[in-house]
Amino acid sequence: MRDGLGAVQRVLLLGGASEIGLATVKELAKSGRLRHVYLAVRSVESGDAAQRELASLYPSLTITPLLFDAADQSTFEPMLNRAFSEGEIDCVISAFGLLGNDVAPLADVAGVNRLLQVNYVAAVITGTQVVQRFQSQGSGTLVVLSSVAAERSRFDNYVYASTKAGVDSWASGLADALKGSGIDVIVVRPGFVHTKMTTGLPVAPLATTPDQVAVVIVEAIKTRKPLVWAPKTVRPLMSTLRHLPRPVFQAVTKKAGNG
Amino acid sequence: MTQAQRRVISGWGRTSPITAEVARPDLDNAVSAIVQNADKIVARGLGRSYGDAAQVGGGLTLDMTGLDRILSFDASTGVVEVEAGVSLDHLIRTLTPQGWFVPVTPGTRYVTVGGAIASDVHGKNHHAVGSFGQHVVELTLVAADGSLITASADHNSDVFWATVGGMGLTGVILRAKVQMRSVETARMLATTQRAANLDDLMADMASIDTDVPYSVAWVDTSARGKRFGRGLISHGDHAKRSDLPTGANPFALGLPESVEVPADLPAITLNRYTVAAFNELWFRKAPRNATPILTSLADFFHPLDMVNKWNRIYGRPGFVQYQFVVPDSGAELIGKSIRAIAATGGTSFLTVLKRFGVGNQSPLSFPIQGWTLALDIPARIDGLEQVLDKLDERVAEAGGRVYLSKDARLRPELVATMYPRLSQWQETRRTLDPQGIFRSDLAVRLDI
Repeated sequence: MRDGLGAVQRVLLLGGASEIGLATVKELAKSGRLRHVYLAVRSVESGDAAQRELASLYPSLTITPLLFDAADQSTFEPMLNRAFSEGEIDCVISAFGLLGNDVAPLADVAGVNRLLQVNYVAAVITGTQVVQRFQSQGSGTLVVLSSVAAERSRFDNYVYASTKAGVDSWASGLADALKGSGIDVIVVRPGFVHTKMTTGLPVAPLATTPDQVAVVIVEAIKTRKPLVWAPKTVRPLMSTLRHLPRPVFQAVTKKAGNG
Repeated sequence: MTQAQRRVISGWGRTSPITAEVARPDLDNAVSAIVQNADKIVARGLGRSYGDAAQVGGGLTLDMTGLDRILSFDASTGVVEVEAGVSLDHLIRTLTPQGWFVPVTPGTRYVTVGGAIASDVHGKNHHAVGSFGQHVVELTLVAADGSLITASADHNSDVFWATVGGMGLTGVILRAKVQMRSVETARMLATTQRAANLDDLMADMASIDTDVPYSVAWVDTSARGKRFGRGLISHGDHAKRSDLPTGANPFALGLPESVEVPADLPAITLNRYTVAAFNELWFRKAPRNATPILTSLADFFHPLDMVNKWNRIYGRPGFVQYQFVVPDSGAELIGKSIRAIAATGGTSFLTVLKRFGVGNQSPLSFPIQGWTLALDIPARIDGLEQVLDKLDERVAEAGGRVYLSKDARLRPELVATMYPRLSQWQETRRTLDPQGIFRSDLAVRLDI
């Protein structure tokens, strides 16, 4: 049960190996109230490493790995049924996704399809299935990892950006639809985050870390804020970029991309 | 069968809203059938518990306010039998003109008798007469299988005392017989007395309580330095006929029409400056020289009821009320907790201090002998969680506890320390409700 000051007791992390997701779980555990975390993971190995780390930090926390493959919709319901069968889930963090920088957007149709299926279709479908369950329990918080890329796509990330724009748009409308019902949907737009997914990529301005994103997310859960940026300063930056004339934006991003 | 509706409900502090299935029966024989068919259910009265005690997500919340009939009244003994949804307001309006007042009233008369029993509420007279449950002659409970159990301090006494203060988790309180107290008038002879600082305030309260049946103190948490903890003690007793001017109607209630806070105020409304300004005015409003004056019951007992939906002044984020009690040996926690809250930058708008007399047999009843302090704090104060967690630990170490009916955020691990007879209560509850169908969000959160 979520308490009156926003601390949660039972959490499901979709994308149980996500660095931002796991950092958020650790940040939530600081309240001393987190009891049970379900890690929805593609393979037990990725669950194991994350589990070991969490277990060593918080020995009293119950950690249950659940098999979940975002590219295989038949895994969604069994995973969610299991997590919700053992009591209320106070918070679901939807943190799975692919960056897709190995996908040639005009040559690799299968790769493009995979990005769409995982980042967009699976996020919306699992999100819908989660909110259905929140409606039965009367409350719950769904955290959806979007990206600043949802705001304006670039020449070098537009497939990824379009999936995030889709998820972001879906979740924002959903948050409005559920306002005041006891169910919160929180859209998180991180800027460049240093993770294993971004290793080797050119670092964008205002780069942040999973731990810093986690602090922003936990604050948003507490204050029921439907949209947050991480770090907060990327909001004015993106606002500026969004309003740049197209030739200027292209010049800026190409330069940054080549640098 | 009463049709359930989906509705957004929350406690008075509005920190934990949920969409719940709510059924509002208006015949008492409907309750058994509803309970029999439920797998998760809790009763709700007028929603004055601050946290999540009177709601249950994913189950059925039973709105008892449709069961609001006074069933019988014995004018020779003052025992009234009521349905559980009858409010103290209703009882006062009906019976005080006949010379009977409620035995115990909390700071609002908009609570139901069922809620008053389930929370074992206390009032300004706790040091003299104990809490509400001690004035319940008999109660009727709908058990998990739908059967009715009558219980009193003599008959089924374990069921009775598990239900008094039992947070609605032993069954649905359907009816109760309550011993009203006889009064000569509907007025109070009340004194408001200033105390210059916390030491004076606590010393004055301790001495006043030896001969005055009603007392409570308001603490100015904005005052600093030498004036830290200054406050006003409000004390008195029911006025006698002889206290009234000749010709006055002794039972004129004079209950005022309330005004309503029309909408949520912006969360910024209550900040340390506005609260400090209010506190200064409030303190100065009290006369320097304390003399007893005639006041209405409403002014003395229920000043906040003048403002309908006053919880809206905290805006949408809501607020928590932190109320704890410590034995006299832990009295220093009163000042320490006021300082700890002030250090967060949060200001408690309404801070109430009271001395309790001895507690009763109920394992989960809140009052124990000592000092109780209640602080109202906006929920959005940075670092509030950690400050309250630390206070909880000190309260528990001092042999005290927090009030479950006010709670929205206690750590579950501390409940058994604060309420050492918890396991005894759980034993009784298991016998009454082996499947555990009576559950509230509070029960789930605190794992009780």
